[in-house]
Amino acid sequence: MTEEKDYQKILASVQKPVEGEAGKTGSWSTIKPKINLDKCIVAKMEKNVCHFCWLYCPEPIITRTIPPRILYDYCKGCGICVEVCPHKAIEMVEESEL
Amino acid sequence: MADKVKLYDIEDEEYMLAGNRMCSGCGLSLIYRIALKALGPDTIITVPASCLTVLHGMQGFTSVNKISVLNTPFETVAASASGIASALEMMGKGNEVTVVAFAGDGGTTDIGIQGLSGAAERRTNFIYACYDNEAYMNTGVQRSGSTPYGSHTTTTPINGKREHKKNMPRILEAHDIPYVATSCASYPLDIYAKFKRAKEIKGTKYLHILSPCPPGWGYSTQDTIKIGKLSVETGFWPLYEIERGKFVLSHPSNKHLDPSKRKPIEDYLSVQKRFSRLSNEEMEEFKEYVKNLWDYIKKRVECNTQ
Amino acid sequence: MNASEEYEIMIGNHAAAYACKGAKVQVVAAYPITPQSPVVEKISYFIESGELNARMVRVESEQSALVACVAASATGVRTYTATSSHGLMLMYEILCWAAGNRLPIVMNIATRAVGAPWSVWTDHQDAFTVRDTGWLQMFCEDNQEIYDTNLQAFRIAEDPCVYVPTLVSYDGYILSHTFMPVRLEPQSRIDDFIPPLKHHLNLGDMNVVKGVCPVTTPHVVKREEGTAPGYYEFRYSLQRAMEHSIEKVVEVHDLFAEKFGRSYGNGIYKAYKMEDADIVIFAVGSVASESRLVIDKLRAKGIKIGLISLKLFRPFPAKHLREVFKDIKTVVVFDRDVGYGYEGILFTELKSALYQLKNRPFIKGYIVGLGGRDVKADDLINGVLRTIELEKKNEYVEQTEFIGLKLDELDFLKKGGKVENGR
Repeated sequence: MTEEKDYQKILASVQKPVEGEAGKTGSWSTIKPKINLDKCIVAKMEKNVCHFCWLYCPEPIITRTIPPRILYDYCKGCGICVEVCPHKAIEMVEESEL
Repeated sequence: MADKVKLYDIEDEEYMLAGNRMCSGCGLSLIYRIALKALGPDTIITVPASCLTVLHGMQGFTSVNKISVLNTPFETVAASASGIASALEMMGKGNEVTVVAFAGDGGTTDIGIQGLSGAAERRTNFIYACYDNEAYMNTGVQRSGSTPYGSHTTTTPINGKREHKKNMPRILEAHDIPYVATSCASYPLDIYAKFKRAKEIKGTKYLHILSPCPPGWGYSTQDTIKIGKLSVETGFWPLYEIERGKFVLSHPSNKHLDPSKRKPIEDYLSVQKRFSRLSNEEMEEFKEYVKNLWDYIKKRVECNTQ
Repeated sequence: MNASEEYEIMIGNHAAAYACKGAKVQVVAAYPITPQSPVVEKISYFIESGELNARMVRVESEQSALVACVAASATGVRTYTATSSHGLMLMYEILCWAAGNRLPIVMNIATRAVGAPWSVWTDHQDAFTVRDTGWLQMFCEDNQEIYDTNLQAFRIAEDPCVYVPTLVSYDGYILSHTFMPVRLEPQSRIDDFIPPLKHHLNLGDMNVVKGVCPVTTPHVVKREEGTAPGYYEFRYSLQRAMEHSIEKVVEVHDLFAEKFGRSYGNGIYKAYKMEDADIVIFAVGSVASESRLVIDKLRAKGIKIGLISLKLFRPFPAKHLREVFKDIKTVVVFDRDVGYGYEGILFTELKSALYQLKNRPFIKGYIVGLGGRDVKADDLINGVLRTIELEKKNEYVEQTEFIGLKLDELDFLKKGGKVENGR
């Protein structure tokens, strides 16, 4: 078989999945949510009892783990987790204070 | 009707990947993240020109994992779903793969309504999900058929929109499809439950999900959940399901047939810049809209028992 | 089997439908429009009677028809649609989308004038208007040619060297609704000729997950995970594939001729009495058919005239046409279409192809038969004779000339006449 020409290799525009397609979106904001583990009910009880921050986060960047973790590389800093936390365990801080 | 879902029922796997192009605090981003968890990997989604195109990323690389997606021009998403569904049937995969058309309010209530009506009338086996951020957000907040009365947009810059929002779920209900439901970004458990239910039903399923938009509506990113909840709690955006003709209000809208259980509409309107110039008369008009909406819902609920 | 059993008498639209049945199309999506409708009516019958295992998406518009074909094709099945005129105009956006995604969809156009004003009769304006959308385009002169070209079209469009959607056009009414004998081939022989679809896109394969047709940038995207072409590279590729598809068109045509014993010139154009011709008519479809009569009549008068009936319009076979016309003295182009504000579209196309020739022929174009106005042999003969006269005087006429206009029959144009319902 003869080798395919360039135009035979560029057909429809298709994508494959990658993390960080838009880059490190954590750089979009200098203020970030910080979980106070003394107040976080999941951390305190060491049980899957809340995880509202995980549920309501528009991004897949908070883990449903004990304790919850935030992937700061990609956190856009919207602050929704601060608002939805029933235990007021999250506050927005300057990146330098993380 | 949808089963009650608890937080720990929700799929742990993330099909939407981190580091995507969605705006900070985007309601759609949350809707899509939860919807994909409910739909799972045996799904083909088709997407028209919209904010969702942005989420799906540029050439070569996408922020969506394990789920195939076909982009299609603005007005064509329902016909695109029809094509996918027909092809899958020919491949003998009509029952094992879920076909989803996921479009914004412009692509649904305006430019895409013909294709959607046709696909619904043909009983196409697919879920049509409309995320409604109440204007053409991706092109810069222009008025759509789904923009509410009084809302300031870039094409209603001085007077605000003079007409009320098109009631798309009612239009779809008139197609006698087996499942119509509304939801809102602020109720992820509700979204999850309704996508799960839609997936179980054969035929055309229509989900209309209100999607607060920080830049378009004029509020701070952290308030997305709060504002979406206010839309429901004030009775502006009732959550319900209509399965095979039976109308059922979802929590928390199921309390709102009693007007005293609804929060004042001012609570919802006053926290968004797009409504910041509403006059007293316009506020009264808005109240009238909500009243009429619930008068209809009351009659609609009563129909079930007849 | 005797000869009368081998042929069936049918209209052109049904010849197209039988070819789709033979090609075992899997998804058909179409919307009714005159004069295309009998194609999809026939295919609907094949499907409902069980003769064809396919899905018919009875969409609510032509735009949705082509969208459904695009999506079904991208999912991985063989797809087909047909339309005419306004239906094709409504599809315009999706024509570009299908080509840009390199989807091997086959479409028939029963050609028809484009309004306003309304006209349901034939001309070639609809087909030529979608010239630049990135589809292969072929024209037919009779019903057998429709059947045969459709069968070839699936094989060409689906060839991995091509992957370009393909339009096969034939004149509305003149072919679409005219009964002619058509030889239908046995299924097993068609199956041998058209291999199963091997698509480069296959959304229906759930093991290969991908996003299809996202936003592209002006740039090439480079990441650790790899590089991705920009819009420019995709569009270059479409153009190259189109250019190279000529070889495939010829190859498939020749293979078809060998297998089924029917050929259409060289697959690119059909030459008639060209051996000693020094004047040549250049046309497509119904105009080319009528021109055959013109050639015979003029040859009887001693004029050495021949015909090039163009079969392949896109990609435009410029090289092949230069070869044909390099020693020709005079060319007459009859366009059943107008590139408004300039001239006939075929005329422009041919002139541009012949520019590279050292000795360019004298060339003159005429507009004929818009909106189904009869194209009479005598009209075409007048065009040829006028061209010969102009050539003698070496006179170039700037204004587009319309043959067969009947302005003289309009009373209100006569001296003192008044425009009815006037301004």
